[in-house]
Amino acid sequence: MADRNHHELDAHTGQTTTGHDWDGIKELNTPLPRWWLNIFYACIIWSLGYYVVYPSWPGITSHARGVLGYSARADVAVELDALNASRALQAAGLATADLVTIKADPKLLTIAQAQGRAAFANNCAPCHGTGGAGAKGYPNLNDDEWIWGGTLDAIHTTLLHGIRAANNDNTRISAMPAFGRDGLLKKEEIRNVANHVRALGGLSTEPIYDAKLGVKVFTENCAACHGEAGKGNPELGAPNLTDAIWLYGSDIETLVETVSYSRAGVMPAWSGRLDPITIKSLAVYVHSLGGGK
Amino acid sequence: MSTLTDVDLPLYQSAKTVYPQSVKGPFRRLKSVVLVLCLAVYYFLPFLRWDRGPNLPDQAVLLDLPHRRFYFFFIEIWPQEAYYFTGLLVLAAMILFLMNALAGRVWCGYLCPQTVWTDLFQGVERFFQGDRRAHMLLDQAPWSFDKLWRKGATHVSWLMIAWWTGGAWVLYFADAPTLVRDLAFFEAPPVAYISIAILTFTTYSLAGIMREQVCTYMCPWPRIQAALTDDQALNVTYRYDRGEPRLSLKGAERARAAGDKAGDCIDCNQCVAVCPTGIDIRHGAQLECIQCGLCIDACDNVMEKVSRPKGLIGYDTSINVEARACGKPEEVIRFIRPRTLVYAALISIVGGAMLYQLATRATAGINLIHDRAPLFVTLADGSIRNAFTMRLINKRPDARLFALTVEGPTGAHLEVVGVSATADWRPVVAVEPDSTREVRVLVTMPKGAIEHKHADIAIRASDLFAGEVVIAKDHVFGPH
Repeated sequence: MADRNHHELDAHTGQTTTGHDWDGIKELNTPLPRWWLNIFYACIIWSLGYYVVYPSWPGITSHARGVLGYSARADVAVELDALNASRALQAAGLATADLVTIKADPKLLTIAQAQGRAAFANNCAPCHGTGGAGAKGYPNLNDDEWIWGGTLDAIHTTLLHGIRAANNDNTRISAMPAFGRDGLLKKEEIRNVANHVRALGGLSTEPIYDAKLGVKVFTENCAACHGEAGKGNPELGAPNLTDAIWLYGSDIETLVETVSYSRAGVMPAWSGRLDPITIKSLAVYVHSLGGGK
Repeated sequence: MSTLTDVDLPLYQSAKTVYPQSVKGPFRRLKSVVLVLCLAVYYFLPFLRWDRGPNLPDQAVLLDLPHRRFYFFFIEIWPQEAYYFTGLLVLAAMILFLMNALAGRVWCGYLCPQTVWTDLFQGVERFFQGDRRAHMLLDQAPWSFDKLWRKGATHVSWLMIAWWTGGAWVLYFADAPTLVRDLAFFEAPPVAYISIAILTFTTYSLAGIMREQVCTYMCPWPRIQAALTDDQALNVTYRYDRGEPRLSLKGAERARAAGDKAGDCIDCNQCVAVCPTGIDIRHGAQLECIQCGLCIDACDNVMEKVSRPKGLIGYDTSINVEARACGKPEEVIRFIRPRTLVYAALISIVGGAMLYQLATRATAGINLIHDRAPLFVTLADGSIRNAFTMRLINKRPDARLFALTVEGPTGAHLEVVGVSATADWRPVVAVEPDSTREVRVLVTMPKGAIEHKHADIAIRASDLFAGEVVIAKDHVFGPH
């Protein structure tokens, strides 16, 4: 290594070398241009300014806030306010139009679907799944079977008041008796009526199935709500037992369990928890998933 | 071979001010013509109109950022077609390589914005501060009123040109005549003023102050160019076979009279004086040389005066210079060689593919996204339904009606949420001019139509009037 003032001059180029030597090959000393270095130093000085104007040093209970008082959180709040303001503008149309009008107007439908999708993901997806695919005991909202009706108005009412919701007087209530637990039917009768329900849906029955007994038990205990043919009644919240859709499952053991212990799914009432426009958007969104009547 | 020396070595290299002397000649004229043409295109192109009908802007070249469209005469580019820009960049690189293989740094010397604006700024500088000698004297002179106004006028003029440069830039992003009016009345959006300010600053500092430092230190092309050039490429070359040994005019005459070898170079340094990057071309090809050809003009003028043949500096290949220096015959300059053929072929392939794509592209399109949850729905009667989010694209400047149909498993039929089907059971979706529309599409198949969990489908959108048909392929899913 050459010292500060004692440099090797490369004869071929007339340039000094750095003194570094690799197998006889020496590195030429090619200094940076002055403006380059100056920009480099200026950037270092400029960077110090960030300590002054932006939040920087952490303290025990707080931190240096910086003279600009900048806060990323405040920025987010401003952006959220702007977003809500722009949404309010779009939602103005949703507030006045009725559900059928919204569904028929391409612009309103697009807004309602977008708002409904977001609200659904936030509020409904925990039970019904993203996209409303449902699960055992939580209805699939894409299909065309509706326990409480699948028109826009029916869906809207369900959303407003919920199903068996504790704190809503207008909530939808149906109460299927627990035929086994309460001793209303014998085990044999329950087994036979469960088989009869499978037969109604076109499914296979067990060899022990006594069709006469099944029909008798069904007519006496079930037909009042589900109808003689088992077609159900949305007014009463009685599901159709003849179609391909089974909320809790169609196998014989599940049906025996349903008849013995009854089923009573609960959905919260959303009026008061969500604003009216969001509930309208949700109704349109759910109706638009594909199964709306 | 090296010697030790005692020098106090600075940590940096001070930039030497270059005072290029003005010169007359064919290359200077060529540079001036190119300069005027380039600047004219740049400043006036935004004002050129191009009629696209009532629903679209009538500016020939427009980068419409708010509406995500790029208009270039008869071409309209949507964001998803940004690959045309990639193709354009590949094409530009290949053309640069080809130019380099044929005639060196043609881009650097004549066409690069850095060269064009620096040349313009140097012209302004000469106008106020005089040519090389006067300019140098003025810089050394103490401050006086004369120096002050000459320097001041130069910088004010530079700033005005720089301001116009930024002003023209923003005109490519909005309707030019409207924006000019808005700018004048301070009604233009802040981003326009900020862009103008930034471009004013960069133009002023790059063309006025940084100049050749940009080419030497900031631009990657000189490095790449050095790796791409070969000894058969034409470059601005000092023909040392003819020039050496350098002697004074009288010395050369004496040497020739005595029968000794005398070069044509009389070491007048005119080539150095006119060089905009302040180098000596006689050192051979070098990174700093932008090959603008001004030294050719300067040298030819001198050769004419001393009655020697012109072309001591000229476009030549290093293979020929070496051959002549060794007394061998020159080789023919070959423009057609493997390197240029490969570049030309690549240019034709990329350019041809882009043109073909552009000429045959559809003016409508379908983007399909299958619902993730649920993948399929069983309906009450046992039939299977799959739902899609569909975006219909209409690239034409008028509203269009698309009839949708589905081809797939037997009995499959298609509905659009919120759109009622026509008499022949095809839902018809209207899409606004030059825009897209998102709709929810339901494809329903009878029970058992999907045999092995999933099946292929094709959704077809037919323009009811223009007849254009676009098809999107996808899958439908069902139970085991």
